[in-house]
Amino acid sequence: MTVTPARAAGAVLLALIALAPLVPMAGMKQYVLHVVIQIFVWSFIGQAWSLMGRFGLVSLGHGAFLGVGAYAVVLLWNFYGLTPWVGGAAAIALSVVVALVVAYPCSRFGIIGHYFALVTLAVGEVVRLLIIAERDWTGGSLGVTLKAASDASLVAMQYADKRVWYYAGLGLWLFGLWVWARLDRSMARAAMEAIGEDETAAACVGVRVTRFKLRITVLSAALTALGGIAYAQYITYVNPETLAGIGVSLRIVFAVVLGGMYSLLGPTVGTALTIALSEWLRIVFGVKFIGMAETIYGLLLVIFIIFLPAGIYGSLAALVRRRRPAPVPATA
Amino acid sequence: MSMLELRTVTAGYGQFTALWDVSLAVERGEAVAVVGPNGAGKTTLLRVISGVIPPRHGDLVFEGASLAGRPAHEVVAHGIAHVPEGRRLFPKLTVAENLKMGAFLPRARKAYRESLERVSALFPALAERQKQRAGSLSGGEQQMLAIGRALMSRPQLILFDEPSMGLAPVMVLRLFDLIRRVREEGYTMLIVEQNVRQVLKLVDRAYLLEVGRVRMEGRAAELSEQDFVRKAYVGL
Amino acid sequence: MIDPIFLVEAAVNGIMLGGVLALLALGLNLIFGVLDIVWIAYVDLVMVAMYAVYFLVMVYGWPIWLGGLGGVVVGVALGILVHLLIITPILDSPPVNQLLATGGLLFFLQSIATFLWSTDHKSVRVSLPSIELGGIFVSYPRLIAFVLSILVMVGLYLFLTRTFIGTAIRAVSQDRGAMALMGASPQKIYVVTSAVGGAMAGVAAALLSIQYSVHPYFGAAFGPITFMICVLGGLGNMVGAFIASFVMSEIIAIGGVVWSTEMGYVIAFALFIVMMFARPGGILAKRQ
Ligand SMILES: Nc1ncnc2c1ncn2[C@@H]1O[C@H](COP(=O)(O)OP(=O)(O)OP(=O)(O)O)[C@@H](O)[C@H]1O
Ligand SMILES: [Mg+2]
Repeated sequence: MTVTPARAAGAVLLALIALAPLVPMAGMKQYVLHVVIQIFVWSFIGQAWSLMGRFGLVSLGHGAFLGVGAYAVVLLWNFYGLTPWVGGAAAIALSVVVALVVAYPCSRFGIIGHYFALVTLAVGEVVRLLIIAERDWTGGSLGVTLKAASDASLVAMQYADKRVWYYAGLGLWLFGLWVWARLDRSMARAAMEAIGEDETAAACVGVRVTRFKLRITVLSAALTALGGIAYAQYITYVNPETLAGIGVSLRIVFAVVLGGMYSLLGPTVGTALTIALSEWLRIVFGVKFIGMAETIYGLLLVIFIIFLPAGIYGSLAALVRRRRPAPVPATA
Repeated sequence: MSMLELRTVTAGYGQFTALWDVSLAVERGEAVAVVGPNGAGKTTLLRVISGVIPPRHGDLVFEGASLAGRPAHEVVAHGIAHVPEGRRLFPKLTVAENLKMGAFLPRARKAYRESLERVSALFPALAERQKQRAGSLSGGEQQMLAIGRALMSRPQLILFDEPSMGLAPVMVLRLFDLIRRVREEGYTMLIVEQNVRQVLKLVDRAYLLEVGRVRMEGRAAELSEQDFVRKAYVGL
Repeated sequence: MIDPIFLVEAAVNGIMLGGVLALLALGLNLIFGVLDIVWIAYVDLVMVAMYAVYFLVMVYGWPIWLGGLGGVVVGVALGILVHLLIITPILDSPPVNQLLATGGLLFFLQSIATFLWSTDHKSVRVSLPSIELGGIFVSYPRLIAFVLSILVMVGLYLFLTRTFIGTAIRAVSQDRGAMALMGASPQKIYVVTSAVGGAMAGVAAALLSIQYSVHPYFGAAFGPITFMICVLGGLGNMVGAFIASFVMSEIIAIGGVVWSTEMGYVIAFALFIVMMFARPGGILAKRQ
């Protein structure tokens, strides 16, 4: 690998991120770590969403996979004492099954565009309502708290020390970037892009549409469930409104589209900004004006979508490209 | 003064220029044809006149008023009806509803009943199919409906874009008969046609358009005598 | 075993609910059919209009019918406002952005309602008795809401088929350019469409006000089911949406009695998903 300025900058940035928990920040430290961990986890989930979104599979039901992942792992631990390492695998498997049950018919019957968005939205609602309906198990709309482990924190995947979660979150985020980049470079991408443009045409030139769509959906669902598991283990509390349903699904999509779903760092930029924004608004308005922070958040989202249709990162990238002098063609 | 006058109009799509300095005039009561090969810019010419696309420069004067750059829905109100290429009916609306939409302008809406009677008299076939969906009509009937719909706006000038396109030869002859009858009602018209032989029998004058420029212009009878036109377009 | 009389009562209530759901679905469907945009925040507009009805009736003491009309006016105003401020700039954006712009509006409306009016449930109290019909109890407000919603739907039907502007709304959804050649400004027709959609939201708000209390998350409760109905009926297909409303509301009402309200919804959504696979174009697709 050659050393380019961009790569060097990336390496320096990564080193800074890795060292951040060692910086003394007095009383602020726990809070800063908490915000950054959230950014890592939700960026990872955003990356998982964008694997589908960038190919025209706009899902408004990713909350379903989050919810399935988070609830399965928490309930298995609470009721059967099953370690999240095993429970997590089961949770991911379950979300993959859900994804297949929905995605197979969707691609088989050519459900795309608005219809796909609305079908996935229904799936998200089904999961949310099932969680509420099964209140004997799930605590209904009040949610459940993860039972604290007596000791063995590695087995229980519970850590009081936020630094552990910081590095775990960092690892998760880097893993998400790696998957994104792998997919970006693979053959699958060309195929999926052809499908995104025009499904029939892609099928005509020999792209196996159903198979590619299924693979990408399964991958996206599994990673989203993983993100849900990580979030549940970190927060140690799950609730149908924050982990399933239309609200959280929309938030994921917002962050990604805001950042720009066609670039590696787009989901991260969008997530970091939306989380930072809502944290900041929360601090500014505190508990005095309940709802004000969210009001401004919603308003800003609408404004961003209208005025920066390519996303923040995407628009900035386009701006930089325009600024740069056009390459002079080498004429002989 | 001419009813419609185009002065050195240039127009196109994006970077592409489809019409170069086209000048053209239509007198009141006249029927004028525009002929030319595929891609010559005939449709573009009609689109500029009816305001679907704005001219890049040049002027467009109708009845003394400059219409250059006016949007399509305002141009219609000035009395220009456009029977577009491919008919562009509302396929899921009935025949009656399509005609009703032709009379959408406030002025035309007032005279709706009367216009409907006139159109029904001209096209009895349509009157019989009032409740049928436009999309289920035959090609010839659809073209009649497109023309009828244009008449409903009570225009002074009608623009036809290849009315005979896609019709069987027998239907083409019937259609030209119908257009002739419309003409006898006193409408001024500008017709774009590929069927040069037929259209030259119908009109007073004609323009020949090639790659976005007016190549020739003259009385219909003289033009059809010219060797060049006969060989290239009339096929004699 | 459940007493069959409860099932019959649930079925009757389902029909009543279906009327109002149909109203919502038709409004959303009209907008979708013409503008090709799904207003994710549509039912949140209903929520705001319901607050309007509440304040007019309970705080300012207007009679209920006048308050209801006030709700309709608010609905129309919201429809126009949303159209001009949000929809017009994104008419040519990619579908994701369109979904998200109206989705952002959803967050905005939900939270501004929380901010202004708190999360308390607020209800318009109308003292009307239940009426008994052969052992079945039907609440009077529901019956009124049902009858009025049917009347309004008939009105919408006549508007769309008999008037020039109504026909133009249908025409512009089939060929925007051709409608411009008829002398109609497509932009104006779009605004009228959104206003009519807003009016439907306002009427629904008035009719829902007398049966349900309003809270900031009202839209979240009724929104998804409204989208499902639209898709089930076939996006842009009015008759389909009408039938789908009653199918869904029956499932919810009967499921609610047999199991629980949530399970009623779960079954409705599951049916929706299955139907999507069986008939992607909507329940009436084959007849088209
Ligand atoms: N919407 C468009 N965008 C870009 N270019 C266009 C568009 N419509 C037409 N053109 C181009 O403009 C030129 C003139 O097209 P136009 O349709 O006016 O030709 P025409 O004389 O009507 O041809 P035909 O006889 O095939 O109808 C053609 O080269 C065509 O490719
Ligand atoms: Mg043409």
